[in-house]
Amino acid sequence: MDLDIIKESIPAIFAALPVTLALVSISLFFGFFLSMIVALGRLSEYWILHRSAYLFVYIFRSTPLLIQMFLIYYGSGQFKEELDAVGLWQFFKEPWFCAILSLTLNTGAYTSEIIRGGIQSVTLGFLEAGRACGMSTIQLFRRITFPLAMRQALPAYGNEVILMVKSTSLASTITIMDMTGVYTDISSEYFSPFEPIIVAGSFYLMINYIVTLLISRAEKKLAITVM
Amino acid sequence: MDLSILSWGADGWGDEFFYATLITISVAICSFFFGIILAAGAATMKLSGNAILKSIANGYTTIVRGIPELLVIYLVFYGGNTVLMSIADDLFNYDEYIELPIFLMGVVCIGLSSGAYSTEVIRGAVLAVPIGTIEAAKAIGMSTSIRFRRILLPQVARYALPGLGNVWQLTLKETSLISVIGLAEIVRISKIGAGSEKQPFTFFLTGLILFLVLAALSDRGYLSLEKWSNKGVRKS
Repeated sequence: MDLDIIKESIPAIFAALPVTLALVSISLFFGFFLSMIVALGRLSEYWILHRSAYLFVYIFRSTPLLIQMFLIYYGSGQFKEELDAVGLWQFFKEPWFCAILSLTLNTGAYTSEIIRGGIQSVTLGFLEAGRACGMSTIQLFRRITFPLAMRQALPAYGNEVILMVKSTSLASTITIMDMTGVYTDISSEYFSPFEPIIVAGSFYLMINYIVTLLISRAEKKLAITVM
Repeated sequence: MDLSILSWGADGWGDEFFYATLITISVAICSFFFGIILAAGAATMKLSGNAILKSIANGYTTIVRGIPELLVIYLVFYGGNTVLMSIADDLFNYDEYIELPIFLMGVVCIGLSSGAYSTEVIRGAVLAVPIGTIEAAKAIGMSTSIRFRRILLPQVARYALPGLGNVWQLTLKETSLISVIGLAEIVRISKIGAGSEKQPFTFFLTGLILFLVLAALSDRGYLSLEKWSNKGVRKS
């Protein structure tokens, strides 16, 4: 164990913390909207919506994120001319765009299942009561279904956030210098895998610890108090 | 898209993909069972009254589930080699480069992470066993080992099955990460093929479809396993 390497790697890996946090937050943000659309699609009565939402979820949940990322980042190169013609190549040539796109699609698929479970758990009586008061479908969704579904889905969503924090490390395989990317750099520079991994690992554990705290605080806030 | 490069034989990549799929399956199976062995130990430690054993097992599951699998792989792969080389150097004055077999390293890495998830599943399953069945076994004088084999294990296996099905899907997907240390599984072969044939989309799409097929087959197998394990269980 070499303390100098630890001392060297703390600022270097800390400097990459914003990159990891940006990857997590941007893809969670877009992924949440995507997952709402997919969950509503899966619950829709139109078979075309519901079949295609199912297919999307099935594909993204049963294949590894790594190959999804490679397919988007390297695979788009095969259609360079076509993408250039419609003006999309400038996005697909950027590793940042590809990493966020694949993380967003991935978390969208997982989260949609969580949200679907939440929406389905809403008791029919509440919806009937809302309808009896004369609420429109949109009002019903905004005031009753959505808040109740969110409360139900929160614990599972917390796990998904932690999985996402871990998944962002894969972005280092498509040249993004996040905490894992900086870790591989340092460990090959000093030819020593142990010391920097303690630093990088602690940072990841710290992020996940904070996520767990925030989620459990939110759960307490949303819980129904009996007394 | 020219699909003839996916044909069988020297010109095509069909046979390479076939063997890569076999490697993916074998890594997944070996690490899944290695994980279950680890998990059985860790779950026993968590359920034991001993505070030290408990905190060791908690440390294992918290750390492995809290840091990215990629870091675990780098640590075990590069760290394992470094440790082995320094031991060889110290004890036998052997300073040549040593490399551990990649397959074995892959199984250890993926098994470590799969085991952390299985631990929680097995722990939950043990806690779900109705305590009355254990008391009944004690009352008729079964020894601890017979009680374990006849009463505890069959019930734990049934309760753990749904959770272990999820862990299996997770393990199958995690094998893809082993490609970063160069084991010739599906993602690795897709990447090599994509590079040498200049058709990245075709190759990665093939890899993706292979994973889809494996997932669909696992679903099928899992359903029949669940049916088999619930034989004789009354439905409410």
